[in-house]
Amino acid sequence: MKNKSLVSINDYSKEEILHVLNISKDFENNKNQPLLSDKIIASLFFEPSTRTRLSFDTAINRLGARVVGFTDSASTSTVKGESLKDTIKMVSNYSDLIVMRHPLEGSARYAAEQSDVPIINAGDGANQHPTQTLLDLYSIQKTQGTLENLTIFLIGDLKYGRTVHSLLMAMSHFNPTFFFVAPEEMRMPKEYRLFLEQKGIEYFEQTKMENLEKGDILYMTRVQKERFSDLLEFERVKNSYIIKNAMLENTKETMRILHPLPRVNEIDVDVDTNPKAYYFKQAENGVYVRMGIIAAILGIK
Amino acid sequence: MAFQKHLQVNAIKNGTVIDHIPAESLFNVILILGLDKISNQITFGTNLESGRYGKKAIIKVADKFFEKDEINKISLIAPHAKLNIIRNYAVSEKKTVEIPDEIVGIVKCFNPKCITNHEEIISHFEVKNKQEVALKCKYCEKIMTRKELII
Ligand SMILES: [Zn+2]
Repeated sequence: MKNKSLVSINDYSKEEILHVLNISKDFENNKNQPLLSDKIIASLFFEPSTRTRLSFDTAINRLGARVVGFTDSASTSTVKGESLKDTIKMVSNYSDLIVMRHPLEGSARYAAEQSDVPIINAGDGANQHPTQTLLDLYSIQKTQGTLENLTIFLIGDLKYGRTVHSLLMAMSHFNPTFFFVAPEEMRMPKEYRLFLEQKGIEYFEQTKMENLEKGDILYMTRVQKERFSDLLEFERVKNSYIIKNAMLENTKETMRILHPLPRVNEIDVDVDTNPKAYYFKQAENGVYVRMGIIAAILGIK
Repeated sequence: MAFQKHLQVNAIKNGTVIDHIPAESLFNVILILGLDKISNQITFGTNLESGRYGKKAIIKVADKFFEKDEINKISLIAPHAKLNIIRNYAVSEKKTVEIPDEIVGIVKCFNPKCITNHEEIISHFEVKNKQEVALKCKYCEKIMTRKELII
């Protein structure tokens, strides 16, 4: 994986995923390891995303590397009409690695083709966000002690939610059982259901928040109004995929609730103090996982 | 099928006859094969009666023999096209078109948010299903079907 771009989680094999998670654990245990003091990392945010950018900047700084770049394309030459290709060609001459977020889908794959240095995709529109998936995996492994043979509930918008699709693909290496909980209109797309069937992975579909006692992980997503073609349908289901403290009573002691954040109302604030709530810690894990990814790609670990 | 016995457009001595092109795809076939840019003699007929596929078009290109990769480019819009290779006024060989595993160029990605629709990038699709025509964009990873194709 040295010098290999990370555009989609599907670019990584099971072994590569596990390698990154192992290094990340080492960084969590020993946060300041200035291994990259001779490296320059470009951070190109063509659209603002404070959360993701701060996580990457923190990871880069903890590794001792220097960061150059921009936080919003409004202040760069792209508004003067410079193509993504030209920007990438230029920046790849200056830096050892590029972290890029861009509003257009497929921009990261294209940038990786044009760049002489590896690219880490920090989100390309609604397409891929592989570092989110790796931090989800890290959080699952850390809370469950393993990634193998777990029962994962994916809840909310399973049709458009890119994080659940990437998580599904990544978890498919580890023999999971899935429960898909979504309104009819937001059901897991057929291509993913077929994929699981081909791999012999068991899944159950339900429209109600039930069977939660079977879960090792509840992965929550936002149900967004603008995704619905029928607003009446949205009004009818909008409060059906909310998790509340009272619903957690019979769930497993080791069960943990994950959410890519930011949340709207799908996790009631009364859950926040429950030890099963893991979403804030999940976000913190993002720094260690991004350190792990950067170190692996630059061949340091 | 008496009409098939007649020559619907003039015969050629050597070259290729592309038959069974859906009439509405004729001009796209011409564009994709670059026939508008070559100096060979070309005759075509369109809105001809066809038993199976409604109105069809036919193209005759003198002194031109297509490579497999070249002719397969039209498979998306003329999947039932038949090629007759003509040598000395007689049909010497018949060929059909085949949908390739990858489609480079030709088709535009249907996703308005795809990078290929915002920069000068040659489109690139992996063919996931040849029967129903499902093309997966190498860049945005969206899958488009026949009814969403934009040439
Ligand atoms: Zn595309």
